[in-house]
Amino acid sequence: MTADPRAADGRTVVPLDPSLAPPGTRGFRDAGGIPADRWHADQNGETLVPTHCCFCGVQCGMYLRVDHGGKVFGVEPRNHDINRMRLCPKGINAYQQVNHPDRLTAPLMRRSRDEELREVSWDEALDFTVSEIKRIQQTHGRDAFGVLGGASLFSEKTYLVGKFARVALKTRHVDYNGRLCMVSAAGANKLAFNIDRAGNPFSDILLTDCLLLAGANVGECFPVLTQYVWGARDRGATLIVIDPRETAVARTADIHVALRSGTDSAFFNSVLNVVIEEGLTDEAYLAAHATGWEEVKANVAQYPPARAAEICGVPAEQIVQVARAFARAPKAMAFHARGIEHHTQGVENCLSVINLCTATGHIGKPGAGYGTLTGQGNGQGGREHGQKADLLPGGRSILNEEHRRQICEVWGIEESELPAAGTSMMEMVWQMQRREIRGLIGICNNPFVSLPNYAVVKEGYDTTEFHAQFDFFLSETAANAHVVFPVTIWAEDEGVMANAEARVVKHNKAQEPPAGVRTDTWAMCEIARRLGAGDKFAFGGSRDVFDELRRASAGTVIDYSGITYERLEETGGISWPCPSTDHPGTPRLFEDGTTYHTDGKIHMQVVEWHPPADPYDDEHPMTLTTGRTVAHFLSGNQTRRLGALVEQTPRPWAEVHPSHGFRNGEPVRVVTRRGSEVFPALVTEAIRPDTVFIPYHWPVPTAANALTIDALDPRSKIPEYKVCACRIEHAATIDEVPAPPVAPGHVAYPETQVSRTDPLPPTAPQGRGTSERS
Amino acid sequence: MMGRTIFIDPGRCIGCQACVSACRECDSHRGKSMIHLDYTDEGSSVASLPTVCMHCEDPVAPCAEVCPADAILVTADGVVQQADTTRCIGCANCVNACPFGVPKIDLQAKLQMKCNLCYDRTAYGLAPMCATVCPTGALFYGTLEELQAERPGVQVADTFVFGESEVRTGVAMVVPAERVQWPVPGGLPVVEINGKDVRR
Repeated sequence: MTADPRAADGRTVVPLDPSLAPPGTRGFRDAGGIPADRWHADQNGETLVPTHCCFCGVQCGMYLRVDHGGKVFGVEPRNHDINRMRLCPKGINAYQQVNHPDRLTAPLMRRSRDEELREVSWDEALDFTVSEIKRIQQTHGRDAFGVLGGASLFSEKTYLVGKFARVALKTRHVDYNGRLCMVSAAGANKLAFNIDRAGNPFSDILLTDCLLLAGANVGECFPVLTQYVWGARDRGATLIVIDPRETAVARTADIHVALRSGTDSAFFNSVLNVVIEEGLTDEAYLAAHATGWEEVKANVAQYPPARAAEICGVPAEQIVQVARAFARAPKAMAFHARGIEHHTQGVENCLSVINLCTATGHIGKPGAGYGTLTGQGNGQGGREHGQKADLLPGGRSILNEEHRRQICEVWGIEESELPAAGTSMMEMVWQMQRREIRGLIGICNNPFVSLPNYAVVKEGYDTTEFHAQFDFFLSETAANAHVVFPVTIWAEDEGVMANAEARVVKHNKAQEPPAGVRTDTWAMCEIARRLGAGDKFAFGGSRDVFDELRRASAGTVIDYSGITYERLEETGGISWPCPSTDHPGTPRLFEDGTTYHTDGKIHMQVVEWHPPADPYDDEHPMTLTTGRTVAHFLSGNQTRRLGALVEQTPRPWAEVHPSHGFRNGEPVRVVTRRGSEVFPALVTEAIRPDTVFIPYHWPVPTAANALTIDALDPRSKIPEYKVCACRIEHAATIDEVPAPPVAPGHVAYPETQVSRTDPLPPTAPQGRGTSERS
Repeated sequence: MMGRTIFIDPGRCIGCQACVSACRECDSHRGKSMIHLDYTDEGSSVASLPTVCMHCEDPVAPCAEVCPADAILVTADGVVQQADTTRCIGCANCVNACPFGVPKIDLQAKLQMKCNLCYDRTAYGLAPMCATVCPTGALFYGTLEELQAERPGVQVADTFVFGESEVRTGVAMVVPAERVQWPVPGGLPVVEINGKDVRR
């Protein structure tokens, strides 16, 4: 039982015996208490299991309360370094999924899409799956079968997804749903620094003098980070928010730039232009640590504030204000999220932020740097170990001879057997449409809600000859599959995730899975065994996979070799790279001024702004942008089943400015070139008059992604969720929210049956206006 | 205000409803939330404000004063408890008396329910559930000294005026430091009584 010696405020923590103080007390907090294992809160005899939230990339620590019968029944705040007891509504209600009546407890199967899904034995489902894999691969080639993973899986499982596709199925087609989330930032980080992670830990926010949040709705998508933002504000830091909507954090920002969606790189180029004009660049830093500065300088000269103001639809003075605030601050930080990444120029947007940080010398110091906020719990870890189409474990490139050889050595296969690079998630759907991919295994993802342009996605999936899905609830995508495997939920298995700071944290097992439910690890290994690759998949559980993952990542930039389960339990989290078991981890990058490029410099990149993919015209003059709301998580498969969260946000809405003449709650039809849907209007001045916002967590006919465009960033292949051309019209009736699908024989859970007759939208973006229900 | 109490800072609130969800998890009224979360300027701002029971000190708990069944008891440390279920008759006098609109009536059970500062937790030295989880510190539990140590220059108020009446509370509100008004005007101006316009 060791305390984490790195308290946020630099105090040395005196280890106490946490059993002397219950969780939540000051004594417990001072103990820095992270129990080595299960620990009894003796006041009512329950067991508290230390773990982390399954949802976003903050990875808040929490305890799951387990009763005498070994069942999870509640949550208790945990004083973990990341969140310091704080939780958001998703985290508080997360435990309710574990023993939810909608849990899948037996495999579901049908031999053709004309039949209904029925419950079958594991053997039957596995046999059918394996025979279909063999049939499709023998008839149409190995690459006719694809695998799509997820970034809510533990890192061990994401590693296994990549290995499963390339070693068991021997297909090049493997990708994951982090393709919709993090890849723009990843691409930019690789180009600039040759390392794919945020540069600074969250605790640095408390030390900064100027915090810039670009396209990051911290208050709703990463609520627990708000304490850091307010902490910086308490110390007098300047807060700058770049967002077309006045979000809860933008409301009190010193400068809120409500720019037009899809113009971020023009804005940041112009900010850099002003920084140069006013002589605020850090020339000494640039000379010592950056390349490409002259080209960048020449390029941003074409973005004077007057021009950028026109492109972005903001006053030119704001650009000057931001430039001065950011460049004059002794220490400044920039964080960005999906708002600037979900674009056909997502990589450029992120690069323009990195250029700004580099030119002002705000890199690699306590309280100065940049970061990206991951949306999924393992958005960071999910892309590190070979789940991505072009990457192998440890962030190695599948195109690099040397890298391929190293991994083949770990996997015990010939280099010639390792497939080439695959394609991205959306491209795989297009290939399904063209019958190039005829079979698919989807592991914990829900593209029917989360991919853009639903019509194309549905057609792609319907065209496949065989589709299997792993999930613990019957998602909209799983309801369309031939086989659904019921797998464990996060509280029923152990494993690690890497949060948005690249801090690896360990999730612990709180209860045994229900009868009939197996782990994803077991299911993948069993399919591999039946395909004849059993010797390569002899894993007993997460621990065995993690040991191989550590070996596979050794010597790379993303080095996990010094991270062990025991160390994670002891310290509460270690940031990679961590090359040896006595290495403390690397919470902050570039402290010595060197990056991971061979020359050790930051490679600044020239960024040109171009208009978004979906052109505006008289028919579609407005911008549709999509995003999240605090009560729901991504495709909503998990959160749309939890009563408290459904009550908080029962349905999507269309956020419009009062100038359009809509009354609150009135039906508003949003029309794009892909289709049209009717939402209740949420009329608020907190959005640009030329912009409409819809949260995307719901399926058709209330799916924002039925309207979005499937245009991709050419480099990162991320879809352009954040901007497409639309118009709004009056309509007669609001489209109803469908209830989440349930397995045959299950009764739909009454709390998820939203009253669909009179669901007024929330009167403020965050909730329904009041918690009063008496 | 009480020694260890809740401080409400609306300027930090992001309206996420973590407190609402956390309140449901409390073992004393599991499944029901006692927090009121209001969006104060709907349509023009996302501003929001959580209200917990203010645990009035002077006059001592208006809700308890008007209770005909003596069901609302106040502990020695100033916490105004939820109505005792063996005494409460569900008459809703307390609902009408409370200047902050805190108590709720469960119409089916004919019982009053309200925040009791998580007495099941605070009695053990734990913080109330809402203030424990609040991601922004809009609900803070501790002493005034602890609050000031964490947020330099913070100003709080524990006296509110409703028409002619002044109420001093056990829970305090953070007020804008540069515009301190003392006491804090509460509620809305009285416009009419029994159909008569009483605006001066």
